[in-house]
Amino acid sequence: MAEKFDAIVVGAGPAGNAAAYTMAQAGLSVLQLERGETPGTKNVQGAILYADALERIIPDFRDDAPLERHVIEQRMWVLDEKSFIGTNYRSDAFNSDQPNRYTILRAPFDKWFSGKVKAAGGLVICETTVTELIQEGKKVIGVRTDREGGDIYADVVILADGVNSLLAKKAGFHGELEAKNVALAVKEIHFLPEEVVQSRFNIKGNEGVVIEIAGAVTHGMVGTAFLYTNKESITLGIGCLLSDFKKAGIAPYTLLEELKAHPAIAPLIEGGEMKEYAAHLIPEGGYKAVPTLYGEGWMIAGDSAGLVNAVHREGSNLAMTSGRLAAETVIALKDMKLPCTAPHLARYKTALDDSFVMKDLRKYKELPDILHGNPHFFSVYPQLLNRAAHTMLMVDGQDKHSKEKTIRGSFVQQRSLWGLVGDAYRMWRATR
Amino acid sequence: MSENTAAPAKPKGKKRLELDPRLAAYKGIWVFVEMERGQVHQMSWELLGEGRKLADILDVELGAVILGGSSDELGAAARNAFTYGADVAYIVADPILTDYRNEPYTKAMTDLVNRYQPEILLLGATTLGRDLAGSVATTLLTGLTADCTELAIDPDNRGLLATRPTFGGSLLCTIQTLNYRPQMATIRPRVMAMPDAMPERSGRVISENLQMQEDDIIAKVLEFIPDEAQEQAQLAYADIIVAGGRGMGKAENFRLIWDLAAVLGAEVGGSRPVTHAGWLPADRQVGQSGKTVRPKLYIAAGISGAIQHRVGMEASDVIIAINNDPNAPIFDFATYAIVGDAVQILPVLTDAFRSRLAVNRRAG
Amino acid sequence: MHIVVCIKQVPDSAQIRVHPVTNTIMRQGVPAIINPFDVFAIEEALRLKDRFGGRVTVLTMGPPQAEDALRKAIAYGADDVILLTDRAFAGADTLATSFALAQTIRKIGEEHPVDLVFTGKQTIDGDTAQVGPGIAKRLGLQLLTYVSAIDALDLEERSITVQRRSEGGVQVIRTRLPALITMLEGSNQIRFAGMDDMFRSARFDVPKWNKERAGIEDVSKIGLKGSPTVVSKIFTPKPRAVKAQMIGADLDASGTANAILDIISSQHPRLAQELGLITP
Ligand SMILES: Cc1cc2nc3c(=O)[nH]c(=O)nc-3n(C[C@H](O)[C@H](O)[C@H](O)COP(=O)(O)OP(=O)(O)OC[C@H]3O[C@@H](n4cnc5c(N)ncnc54)[C@H](O)[C@@H]3O)c2cc1C
Ligand SMILES: Cc1cc2nc3c(=O)[nH]c(=O)nc-3n(C[C@H](O)[C@H](O)[C@H](O)COP(=O)(O)OP(=O)(O)OC[C@H]3O[C@@H](n4cnc5c(N)ncnc54)[C@H](O)[C@@H]3O)c2cc1C
Ligand SMILES: Nc1ncnc2c1ncn2[C@@H]1O[C@H](COP(=O)(O)O)[C@@H](O)[C@H]1O
Repeated sequence: MAEKFDAIVVGAGPAGNAAAYTMAQAGLSVLQLERGETPGTKNVQGAILYADALERIIPDFRDDAPLERHVIEQRMWVLDEKSFIGTNYRSDAFNSDQPNRYTILRAPFDKWFSGKVKAAGGLVICETTVTELIQEGKKVIGVRTDREGGDIYADVVILADGVNSLLAKKAGFHGELEAKNVALAVKEIHFLPEEVVQSRFNIKGNEGVVIEIAGAVTHGMVGTAFLYTNKESITLGIGCLLSDFKKAGIAPYTLLEELKAHPAIAPLIEGGEMKEYAAHLIPEGGYKAVPTLYGEGWMIAGDSAGLVNAVHREGSNLAMTSGRLAAETVIALKDMKLPCTAPHLARYKTALDDSFVMKDLRKYKELPDILHGNPHFFSVYPQLLNRAAHTMLMVDGQDKHSKEKTIRGSFVQQRSLWGLVGDAYRMWRATR
Repeated sequence: MSENTAAPAKPKGKKRLELDPRLAAYKGIWVFVEMERGQVHQMSWELLGEGRKLADILDVELGAVILGGSSDELGAAARNAFTYGADVAYIVADPILTDYRNEPYTKAMTDLVNRYQPEILLLGATTLGRDLAGSVATTLLTGLTADCTELAIDPDNRGLLATRPTFGGSLLCTIQTLNYRPQMATIRPRVMAMPDAMPERSGRVISENLQMQEDDIIAKVLEFIPDEAQEQAQLAYADIIVAGGRGMGKAENFRLIWDLAAVLGAEVGGSRPVTHAGWLPADRQVGQSGKTVRPKLYIAAGISGAIQHRVGMEASDVIIAINNDPNAPIFDFATYAIVGDAVQILPVLTDAFRSRLAVNRRAG
Repeated sequence: MHIVVCIKQVPDSAQIRVHPVTNTIMRQGVPAIINPFDVFAIEEALRLKDRFGGRVTVLTMGPPQAEDALRKAIAYGADDVILLTDRAFAGADTLATSFALAQTIRKIGEEHPVDLVFTGKQTIDGDTAQVGPGIAKRLGLQLLTYVSAIDALDLEERSITVQRRSEGGVQVIRTRLPALITMLEGSNQIRFAGMDDMFRSARFDVPKWNKERAGIEDVSKIGLKGSPTVVSKIFTPKPRAVKAQMIGADLDASGTANAILDIISSQHPRLAQELGLITP
């Protein structure tokens, strides 16, 4: 006999877990389907967790969530072939009772979150892939899975199936992802003893460091790299736009190999045992690429809705927030005994617009286009910056004034004065 | 919950073990000589060679336990056992013991042990040896260490130090049976060196009767079907793997991979492009989205060594890579590099193996 | 007919790494799976149930997380499961494990008498193949190890005929129930559960038994205390050279082939022996 639920959530990533948990907690009958063997299967992905989004869902998550380190220092590095220039911000204020950012490993974290869904009364079924949405006319009334007798019905289906949502595509809710709107990121985890991680980054206890990296390592492609400290490991990754990879004909792992060999990075991971290599897409189209977010009997959240802030490398918090808001929409409609029709589900869109999710995406809405049109941000500038630093720091008998002139000269030579001014203006506009 | 192999053991202090006097009475080392259909398994001689060394260290007798249906066969086996180092042969000849069956073999062995009380009992880690060892150890309520690759004697307490691989071979652990006798272990075939026969050696034969009637035994062997085709092994746990990549050029060239595998008794694997192209079935893909393997020998022909392939096989003990590109990444982590055309080298390599193996089989 | 299947949850050993510096096992991110050999035991038991009716109970002894393995067994079609879990079982070797499992099976049998017990051939972490025989001896069951096929089962006569792998061939053996079978790999393929079974599994309340519930009074026979064997040392095998050594750079194909054989024979005598390159 076919089962029927108040809501079905597809996917057990941050978006799906937030949605399923919120609804289950409110007493709705919720089914969550995940194709992986367990939520977060296999991926040891290291990532940054922004506490605020989770706190609004599970206020006391710090009690038992598998957190790696809380971030007390952020470094921004711009790499040239052999050198790097950068800034650090480190503050003891981040050592509060309620730190704001943590490094996590996705596998244990997703599993923990999923445990909360179950504890709240949600039914979680893994190793089951949703193959399509069951529709009655335009209305989504359930899902079909790859298992025998696999049709299941619900008043509403929340799609949280991650980037490149095949289900939404199949149902015609949105089109093909464009290569210029999606980044391909690869990452590895290198295991090191806890003491080694601590001494290499000058941290104690569960303090952590994050390094955001741009420059020569991307071969001029639009993209960045990152390094996160976990308890006993270091996550290292790099991502660039898929369209750029295609154009440049460079394999992502080649970039990662080069990054690992870079003199600024190599000593940080030396002696580590590489454990997990993972490749993943990130939707980076930003505001303009966000698809329709709801319809008759369905909503879409997280990566599958393209809700990623590429500039700040935020994704999971947008995912959790959108999952929560979708859930709250359902709860509100249930309370008011209203059906999950498109006009009613429009509340979800309104709530998202009012939240930081859409506000932030709107703020950077021009940025993707500017970056596409101005590849020198990723090639010429890193080189110039590094050379400038080098010139300033070389004590070679040349007076500082001449040095400054050389530096200015090299900037103008590589990129016209107008170009520089224009770049500055466009960036300011884009992030205003 | 056998956490004893899972947790890194804390180094223990010197254990001066005061054995229970009843246990201290257990003396001597025994090796089970495995006979199947009149044939002694070669590994029994390997074990006697190893047992001899241990017996010399402890200055005790080395016994060979030989069970079977025909006293002639057992007698011949006993004479051989002496030449490989046994001092005594304990023999139980009874038609009931013609085919291996757990019940009567367990009975014969436990009766012998209870009567003659050896301190160490070694068996081969074969299907027969493991079936018997598990039953005997449980019947005697003593410790048994499985599938060992190294044996030694603890100078502190004359106890057996049995070393075995754990966690898929990534670690070794040494296990002791402190307060129980006999100390039992099964030993992986072909790990111990084959001893030289000493034709002039002989020893005592002690014969016992099996305290059982055929009617007491429930299990009946209806038939024995000798092997012909080798059984299908599983890639992930295979000991030897010959793998091919896109560099093999075309599907037909995979015959060269299968040929070498057949000579080595190996499993065949491949990289993703190869399984995608249908040159190999999908379940033979090695790597990130395929199988993780850790064989003793991995031969990679025409595989570049992309990270996704590497993560699936870099734990192999020995990696031989054949690639015509001297800068192929696989050479960064392979043990041995052959720079050249795999299609040319493979058949020659296969021939070389075939002829050497043939020579050795004749010799052995 | 009542069949009990013993399964163990194990870390996927193919994915376990040893830390190069500290020599410790890195379990982080290593998924826990049902011991692959035990999956064949589950399927074989379910097939017998399909043919002869009756019930299948799946039993595991392990930490609370082992519940996941049992839930999976429910999805496959087990009627009932039992998680034997108690701190007192920690540190058990095969003798203590087989005692605890045998005792529990005895207890299970008080309610539904047990005709057959299945185990896997061996585990991929302990790798001993000893627990199955141990349970059989303790319960006085007929022991059938390395079984590849069940040829006949006669519930009236209470007889069973199986094919079992032995040295150099296959034994066809007939014996009486109750019996314990350790199942050889590759002998069947696990079924893909339907959606109904997935729902049943997700909703199943997995019973947890402690030692009292299993009727175990004598704690000297379980856990560390009941284990005659003691692990005295854990260490890593010698690491291998980092960069590949070039073979036969200036030789022809046949010279290269022989050079590689020679180097295996001289540098890796064990491997060479196993390959048969050198006679032991
Ligand atoms: C390299 C990299 C680094 C990142 N770093 C950060 C960071 O530091 N901080 C941050 O906040 N964000 C980061 N992100 C982004 C963040 O990971 C994502 O935004 C977030 O995971 C989105 O969550 P989600 O739930 O929408 O999707 P996912 O986490 O992708 O979850 C989708 C789930 O749905 C399942 N699924 C898919 N299809 C089906 C189906 N048909 N049936 C059943 N189940 C299905 C999948 O198996 C998966 O479990 C990073 C992303 C990448 C790739
Ligand atoms: C998410 C993801 C998962 C993946 N998972 C896997 C996986 O599980 N397994 C896997 O293998 N790959 C996987 N890949 C693919 C992987 O990145 C590589 O593309 C693949 O391993 C390359 O296979 P190859 O070495 O056979 O082919 P190629 O990279 O094409 O290499 C062929 C090699 O053969 C050499 N060669 C050519 N001709 C000869 C000759 N006559 N004699 C000798 N050498 C010759 C060449 O020099 C070259 O080094 C995955 C990729 C991604 C993105
Ligand atoms: N803790 C356990 N719980 C249930 N069954 C087990 C346990 N340990 C071992 N077994 C069973 O015994 C078989 C042999 O295990 P082992 O002797 O560890 O190789 C396994 O395949 C399981 O079927």
